Amino acid sequence: MKELVILSGKGGTGKTSLTAAFAGLAPALVLCDADVDAADLHLIMAPDIQQTHDFVGGHEAVINQEICTACGTCFDLCRFNAVQAVDNTFRVDTLDCEGCGVCVDLCPEKAIDFPQKTCGQWFVSNTRFCPMVHARLGIAEENSGRLVALVREQARKQAREKHIDLILTDGPPGIGCPVIASMGQAGAVLIVAEPSVSGIHDMKRVADLAAHFKVPAMVCINKFDLNPGQTREIEAIARDRHLEMAGKIPFDPAFTRAMIQIKTLVEYDEHCPAARATKDIWHAVMAHPAMAVDRLM
Amino acid sequence: MIISIASGKGGTGKTTVAAGLAASVDPPVTVLDCDVEEPNLHLFLHPAVTHSEKVIAPVPEIDPDRCTLCRKCMEICRFNAIAVAGKTVVTFAELCHSCGGCSIICPEKAITKKERVLGLVETGTCSVPGLAFGQGLLDIGQVMVPPVVRRVKTHGAGPGGLTLIDAPPGTSCPVIAAMKDTDFVVLVTEPTPFGLNDLKLAVETVRLLGIPHGLIINRAGMGDDAVYDYAREKNLRVLMEIPFDRKIATAYSKGDLIISARPHYKEKFKQLYNDICRLADDNTGAK
Repeated sequence: MKELVILSGKGGTGKTSLTAAFAGLAPALVLCDADVDAADLHLIMAPDIQQTHDFVGGHEAVINQEICTACGTCFDLCRFNAVQAVDNTFRVDTLDCEGCGVCVDLCPEKAIDFPQKTCGQWFVSNTRFCPMVHARLGIAEENSGRLVALVREQARKQAREKHIDLILTDGPPGIGCPVIASMGQAGAVLIVAEPSVSGIHDMKRVADLAAHFKVPAMVCINKFDLNPGQTREIEAIARDRHLEMAGKIPFDPAFTRAMIQIKTLVEYDEHCPAARATKDIWHAVMAHPAMAVDRLM
Repeated sequence: MIISIASGKGGTGKTTVAAGLAASVDPPVTVLDCDVEEPNLHLFLHPAVTHSEKVIAPVPEIDPDRCTLCRKCMEICRFNAIAVAGKTVVTFAELCHSCGGCSIICPEKAITKKERVLGLVETGTCSVPGLAFGQGLLDIGQVMVPPVVRRVKTHGAGPGGLTLIDAPPGTSCPVIAAMKDTDFVVLVTEPTPFGLNDLKLAVETVRLLGIPHGLIINRAGMGDDAVYDYAREKNLRVLMEIPFDRKIATAYSKGDLIISARPHYKEKFKQLYNDICRLADDNTGAK
């Protein structure tokens, strides 16, 4: 079993539109939406939800005012400034609470409860192409890295049960905790770059991250014709870093039109230049040696 | 006054708006890039960095001569950053949240602080007169983003001054750290199904924090009208529209400011700032 993770560093370069288009091109796969903060893949895949599960994340401290003697120990201990002193009482700001439990363990009155929070939900669905595992992190919740790890684990379970050999994962933007959680043990990552100063800067950072975790990386360029000079620069960077160039896609309003019609780019117009380029990229990615190695059990 | 610029979805134009606003309003202004995973503002404002500091988090170091293997540190740690294996205590710095619980609970005083570098904060000046700049840069492989964001925010203009914050995408802890304790949030979206879906999440986040806010629709005309219906339904004020314009897109790709490509935007950004001041003063936002 192998997994391809679509990343970009910078947001809005076309990760989700490409993931959806690839889903329609692969003979058999499981889709996984690992952008749990701002998931969008379901807007094209229109999943028919089969299973809904709560995601139980971390704990949060709650001071029981009936027992609290307002000694201020928790206020002094908290490294996250989550304990606030208001009118001779102490309260925990849930947005700032890190869930470390230090105040809970060290309160001399044992006046602090530590309930576990439901931080979101995750789903197993059917789509017109394949099974899909996706999630919804609650607003302003933490633990997005743990939820990413969970949806990827569930995607592997689906693949095992249904004897499917390929998982395609739509990753989050950035290079922080959810991105790191999305790439461990992946067969390869495909970085979707765009020819702009920001796109190049961010692509280098996410390529550095993939190298740091020793995950093979490929690059494709979206909207390559918007700035041919920057496109050449991305190609040069890919060469220097031994990242395989999987191809490039022209700017095409069909991406947005397809999204509005709840279709993949290929379903919307399989003959448009962007759809043809997308197919070429998919074949190049699947032919990469990293995708021939089973890294997942 | 502190204005943060956020979006939910990435790539909708936060940095375009932050840089354009910073270069258009009357100085002095401080602009801070709090998207510490992928900071881009410097590519448009070309700051000369005059000061740089490491963001450090304390992680435990255990003195094996004092340690009696009592396991109290392992038990208090909720992040599995300490494990007792045979006759040694192993620490995993990358899992540590620096809560300090282990060093407080250790009865033998066997735990001291070691420093872990999370990232870098840089400050400097820009070629735009009166514009001060700050940014954070997360080290590759680090996961503790909020402490870096909070450190960047300590370099704001202070009370009485104007600080603009370019926030990261998403709705979880890095964004909360960036938007918290700011006076107004400008939400930037694009009129597409993805843009709208993520805008809804961003609006929920801002309303949870209780911060006055308004909307900028970027690349107007490229998608559909659903975002306008949503804005009306939610009483969300549209502060500005930036039409889809290849000249603006090309300028962006080269790292040029929107006011270089389309100079009349300077007046629009000044007007935007005046509108924000009025709405923030009302302290009603779009509730």
